[in-house]
Amino acid sequence: MDKITLIDTTMRDGSHAISHTYTIAEVIAIAQGLDEAGVEYIEIAHGDGIGGSTINYGFSKTNELDLIEAVCKVVKKAKVTILLIPGVGTIEDVEEAIKRGIKAVRVATHCTEADISKQHIEYCLSKKLDTFGFLMMSHTVNKEKLLEQALLMESYGAKAVYIADSAGYMITSDVYDKVKLLKNNLKIPIGFHAHNNLSLAIANSISAMQAGASYIDGSLKGLGAGSGNAQLEVLNCVMERYNFISNIKAYPLMDIASDIVEPIMKRPQIINTVSLMLGITGVYSSFMLHANEAAKKFDVDVREILVELGKRKMVGGQEDKIIEVAYELKNNKNK
Amino acid sequence: MKKLRCAILGPGNIGSDLMYKIDRSDYLELVLMAGIVESEGIKRARDKGIATTIEGVDGIIKEKDHIDVVFDATSAAAHLVSGPKLNEVGIFCFDLTPAALGPYMVPSVNLDDLKNELDVNLVTCGGQATIPIVYACSLVGSIKYAEIIASISSKSAGPGTRANIDEFTQTTANALKVVGQAKTSRAIIILNPADPPVLMANTIHIIYDDENIKTEDVLNSVEKMVKKIQHYVPGYTLKVPPFKNKDHYTMIIEVKGRGDFLPVYSGNLDIINSAAVEAAEKLAVMRGE
Repeated sequence: MDKITLIDTTMRDGSHAISHTYTIAEVIAIAQGLDEAGVEYIEIAHGDGIGGSTINYGFSKTNELDLIEAVCKVVKKAKVTILLIPGVGTIEDVEEAIKRGIKAVRVATHCTEADISKQHIEYCLSKKLDTFGFLMMSHTVNKEKLLEQALLMESYGAKAVYIADSAGYMITSDVYDKVKLLKNNLKIPIGFHAHNNLSLAIANSISAMQAGASYIDGSLKGLGAGSGNAQLEVLNCVMERYNFISNIKAYPLMDIASDIVEPIMKRPQIINTVSLMLGITGVYSSFMLHANEAAKKFDVDVREILVELGKRKMVGGQEDKIIEVAYELKNNKNK
Repeated sequence: MKKLRCAILGPGNIGSDLMYKIDRSDYLELVLMAGIVESEGIKRARDKGIATTIEGVDGIIKEKDHIDVVFDATSAAAHLVSGPKLNEVGIFCFDLTPAALGPYMVPSVNLDDLKNELDVNLVTCGGQATIPIVYACSLVGSIKYAEIIASISSKSAGPGTRANIDEFTQTTANALKVVGQAKTSRAIIILNPADPPVLMANTIHIIYDDENIKTEDVLNSVEKMVKKIQHYVPGYTLKVPPFKNKDHYTMIIEVKGRGDFLPVYSGNLDIINSAAVEAAEKLAVMRGE
């Protein structure tokens, strides 16, 4: 049985699904449960990473640093992790998070822009943080390009490099091929982060494991942007059938999912028309709720917005382009 | 009127583009291109009949009696050394690096500040594109919070920007307060690798202290400012005019470059260069008076 490290994203990617409304009491309850169940890395931040609380991405209801601090205080064994997207968050934000007690950082860039992560990865390493590289929207490039970018993150000192299927667009063979090529050419471990827009999050995660990935993301109830991430309590059991183990206790994980996370959810984490469209058009998953809002405000079909965003090849973080596209679609309609 | 005699320090992409812009100016005359090695940029200047030196800032100082202003298109570290050297011999410096030794200069907002300075900083490309609009919004009512998102094609983000992207967000956010008059601020930068490359675009969100600001007033003030900027950046357009969205106003600006030396999608580089040249022309007029 091969050991896999599962990283929980319920309180980071999952933050998108509840429009960044986590409270201190909620994150404490989730973090304690995850820690006791044996999860090694618990990620917590605004959905768009540290510093993501803005008009563009939505303001956090509770200051994320206070949420981070609360989690750091109750967690006994797990490493509390933040996400940092250079261009949104800065090294100063990481400094603040270090004061609150974090132990790990994932530095995320669009999958062609790895070189902007150098200063951040090097800084995090100098502070003795577990530092991961994270390549977003990995479906948009071929495996050779992805390898080139992963090698950059390795050269900066990343502990592992993640392939993130941010749009939930990839299918199992694509995941397998990309992970395999990276696995064969990098000295550091490979990770995979799924979105469930095509109902493939678990299948893709297993495929990544089979190709040699050893870090996999999941979230309780699958809570995350779009149709969410790989459902952690499910993944943890399914992977055993494929001879991969996590050493995380199954029952406690199920209990936190149903007793703590489910009551917090604003809607069921299902694949609906809009999130399915994300998977079809290859659009960044966290655009979903913003696109819904813009469609209402400008009275246009949300599917048209997503198709146009896909055509324009928008990358993660370009939520502002939703407004531009909706505005233009409305103007064209009125002509 | 006597033209202001200019030198460019740093013959890279920015410096080469500046060469074309200065060449077109009625108020400026390029007399020297300074680099530190024989390079494409030095050769390009020489081919255009411009005197060159590869002694860097010292090469400029040797010619100090024939030079009025320098455009520094090198790096922050280099400007920390060359800026004071140039000022010491009385040469005015337009600093296009992130060094920011001198105060921020955004020509459509604070040109008059040129009077008392010898070194002004051109902030960032995103700053030049958004600060004037935030300032225009501030003329309508006091701004509680301003947020800008600059999106730039990957091809237009040079190695300097890439190596220190925090510098961009922090400097821009700071100048949104100092020059843009916002009480608090945030700046975000996104690099987009789409091919063909995307034009530089900027989304601006504003939260006013007063919730009852009229959209019409915001629109009028912003449109006036856009016209002012179009005077030196013809490809500067208001793509989405200000509209109210819950507690804030949102507007989107697109910047198409002139395509002098750099491609039109590099509106980010065009606008910072155009701003420097616009400010230098104003200085020429002031000195001529």
